[in-house]
Amino acid sequence: MRIGVPREIYAGEKRVATTPDVAAQLIKLGFEVEVESNAGAAASYSDAAYREAGCSIASSADEVWAESDIILKVRGPETEEAARLKSGQTLISFLYPAQNPDLLQQLTGQGVTAMAMDSVPRISRAQKVDALSSMANIAGYRAIVEAAQHFGRFFTGQITAAGKVPPAKVLVIGAGVAGLAAIGAAQSMGAIVRSFDTRPEVKEQIESMGAEFLMLDFEDEDGSGEGGYAKVMSDEFIKAEMALFAEQAKDVDIIITTALIPGKPAPKLITAEMVESMKDGSVIVDLAAEQGGNCELTEPEKVVEHHGVTIIGYTDLPSRLATQSSQLYATNLRHLLTDLTPEKDGRIVVDMEDEVFRGATVCKDGETTWPPPAPKLSAAPPKAKAAPQPPPVVEEKKRSVAGPIIGMVIAGLALLGLGAVAPPSFMAHFTVFVLACFVGYMVIWNVTASLHTPLMSVTNAISSIIIIGALIQISSDNELIRWIAIGTVLITSINIFGGFAVTRRMLEMFRK
Amino acid sequence: MNIEGIISVSYIIATILFILALGGLSNQETARRGNWYGITGMAIALIATVLGVVTRNYEYLLAALVIGGTIGLIAARRVQMTQMPELVAILHSLVGVAAVAVGFANFMDPGRLTHYVGVELTIHDIETYLGILIGAVTFSGSVIAFGKLSGRIGGKPLTLPARHWLNLGLLIASIWFGYQFVVQSAAGGGTQELIIMTVIALLFGIHMVMAIGGADMPVVVSMLNSYSGWAASATGFMLGNDLLIVTGALVGSSGAILSYIMCRAMNRRFLAVIAGGFGTSEGTVVVSGEDQGEVDPILPEETAGLLLDAKEVMIIPGYGMAVAQAQHIVHEITQTLRDKGVNVRFGIHPVAGRMPGHMNVLLAEAKVPYDIVFEMDEVNDDFPNVDVSIIIGANDIVNPSALTDPDGPIGGMPVLECWKGKVSIVLKRSMATGYAGVQNPLFFLENTRMLFGDAKDTLDAVFKEI
Repeated sequence: MRIGVPREIYAGEKRVATTPDVAAQLIKLGFEVEVESNAGAAASYSDAAYREAGCSIASSADEVWAESDIILKVRGPETEEAARLKSGQTLISFLYPAQNPDLLQQLTGQGVTAMAMDSVPRISRAQKVDALSSMANIAGYRAIVEAAQHFGRFFTGQITAAGKVPPAKVLVIGAGVAGLAAIGAAQSMGAIVRSFDTRPEVKEQIESMGAEFLMLDFEDEDGSGEGGYAKVMSDEFIKAEMALFAEQAKDVDIIITTALIPGKPAPKLITAEMVESMKDGSVIVDLAAEQGGNCELTEPEKVVEHHGVTIIGYTDLPSRLATQSSQLYATNLRHLLTDLTPEKDGRIVVDMEDEVFRGATVCKDGETTWPPPAPKLSAAPPKAKAAPQPPPVVEEKKRSVAGPIIGMVIAGLALLGLGAVAPPSFMAHFTVFVLACFVGYMVIWNVTASLHTPLMSVTNAISSIIIIGALIQISSDNELIRWIAIGTVLITSINIFGGFAVTRRMLEMFRK
Repeated sequence: MNIEGIISVSYIIATILFILALGGLSNQETARRGNWYGITGMAIALIATVLGVVTRNYEYLLAALVIGGTIGLIAARRVQMTQMPELVAILHSLVGVAAVAVGFANFMDPGRLTHYVGVELTIHDIETYLGILIGAVTFSGSVIAFGKLSGRIGGKPLTLPARHWLNLGLLIASIWFGYQFVVQSAAGGGTQELIIMTVIALLFGIHMVMAIGGADMPVVVSMLNSYSGWAASATGFMLGNDLLIVTGALVGSSGAILSYIMCRAMNRRFLAVIAGGFGTSEGTVVVSGEDQGEVDPILPEETAGLLLDAKEVMIIPGYGMAVAQAQHIVHEITQTLRDKGVNVRFGIHPVAGRMPGHMNVLLAEAKVPYDIVFEMDEVNDDFPNVDVSIIIGANDIVNPSALTDPDGPIGGMPVLECWKGKVSIVLKRSMATGYAGVQNPLFFLENTRMLFGDAKDTLDAVFKEI
């Protein structure tokens, strides 16, 4: 089948749906790949590079749309693009069916199979296809770069001959993929990073990125909704949250907001008052600008300045890192196509029984298949309803106290019994034996685990001290005893020499 | 000159040197000196005994020493580090044979009945009996362990029906024959009982080790190590020789502690290991066909890319690395990556491999510096910072179900928590389960990639890319 990659025509969109590297892999799957001339130019992928990877270059968009069985795009089709699609073709791109019901209806009517990369279910198996996450990752990184661009100071703290430079303080609100990427980027530039999220399950993730998790002093309300997203919180919670932000706003230099609730306008978290309380030169990057913004003063796609604070509302952050985002997006598409091509023969099979394909497919064979039945999986399992039953633990503890005591008593009685009947010479040896066991116990615990093998070979060598038994017998008058003794000496000397030699060989190898 | 006194002093010196030898193993710097203490101690004990006790047959003695020593030295030189478990097992069997031989020879000595009377004779007989019993179990058990470790006998546990009853029966039989032996011996007989018991002990040793699965081999090897010590100790009691008693006790407790450490590392009870049958379809083995999700394969080129981009790399070797002889290429990769500023470390699970410390020896052989080789407990908390974990031929020791499924066959066993790192790359020949027979959910996690193929070949390919 032929895959067509047209140039993105949306104004300012620099990304492209496949890169030369990925195209080469698609060709390996048995597809032909046709790329519109200059499709990758804005993302620094030249036609020549595509040609080298084995793609054909179409001179016009018409050719691509007309000749391809599968169309790969980044943005959903514009009106004129959608009109070019025909029955039997498969379109894979971002579609946002909830926001674009007309488009969905049109595609259904034209008999197109459309797969929306934004509708891929958020399950573990589908992470490699999760383009929203890849794009969010880039947006988070780019948000820090944009902030740095507009921020008049270093991120990192320094002591220089010209004076001390304090580190920038960054607050990241919402620790989804974008938030975590922003934390990572800011952290690696040397800033002090704090982060807040309504979902307690992300605390660990935030801390693993090196940021401080801001705890809300509130009886724990879990903000985790379906599919790993956040949900709307109670009024009291929001009040407490706002108080926290107001307090932080006075302290931090940069705020990155990434709070989104699926299917709802972005929550307003940063009020005009908070913005005004920020230091001059501070920067706010609002990653929720497209959904109305987390900051009251955000203007989508624009940079505005209010009261000395720069508020960035770009909605095209991934496109601003077009090379990187194209590459990740293309790889997501390739993973999807790989799964769609089980036979690796260049034919796709959309198996509607598969949860991933089912979720992504919004229309097929003239029928709208969106929304899919909801998958119910959150990143972290819900908290256990009841505490695990403690009884077995208690029981074990009891046993562990009583066990040794009973054992000791029995051992003591046995020893007393032995002492009562055994002759003194035996008891002398027995004393030596017991003491030696304790010495061995004390010494061996100090042996480092990495030397356990040499320990075994050296103990093996010294346990051949049993040779002394044979030496005592070797001078016997009895022919048979003598020969047994000689044999034993032979065997044990193998052990003595072999054991020590191999230990030495091993120990020689250990080096720093 | 008081020969007895000089011998005693020599034995005391030898004992102290042996203790120092074991104490020296507490770290790598003192270990070599420790080995020399051991050699010196052995030499002093031997010379004192030869000069003080042996009165004739020096030529035979010398010949046996030279022949045995030569064999030992050649074996020590030739053995591959991956074969260390086999060598150790077969050396244990020699101690067992020696204990049996010394016991029999001692029993045949006609002077025995004049030396000991009454209770002393009974105790002496019991000592002889025990020495031979433990020696015989050590011998046959070690031989089977050797066979299993070297692949001459299949690693699958042999589980006879009613095997616990069989073991119990053998135990009761040995006790009964022991009683008969003591009775007969006082009357001048007992040879028959002694031989029957030896046969029973040999069978017991065989059966015991046959029933133990490959994954439990570290426990078995250290247990046999312990037995060889107890055999020496029992012989010491029989001969009234304190040096043997002390040395045997040292070795015995050393092996016992190692067994304990290994059992703890697998969260298994010692008795359960000895009872055997681990790795069979007992308990909750994952039902085949259960949807585990799919694995995400990776190619050597991409692996190399991931490694080069990483800052923290953790390598987790398992028995598979030994099988594939991949330790040298692992070292080359480590070396190259470290030169490029990547912090490569090794995380060693206590039961990785087939004997305690097996992986450390292999890595040492490949010249991996020991200060980047860490124990499980030292690195387990660091995994969140690890960019890439490479798991080479290991399975059960990185199985998350040990923590998530407490009732599973390996439930509660401490494992290396590599899945907390960013990416885990698992080198494996196929999707087969580990020795425990448990499916490993790690392979299906989204941050796990599978690099299929022989570890050595794939690592060679990775190394080329680096």
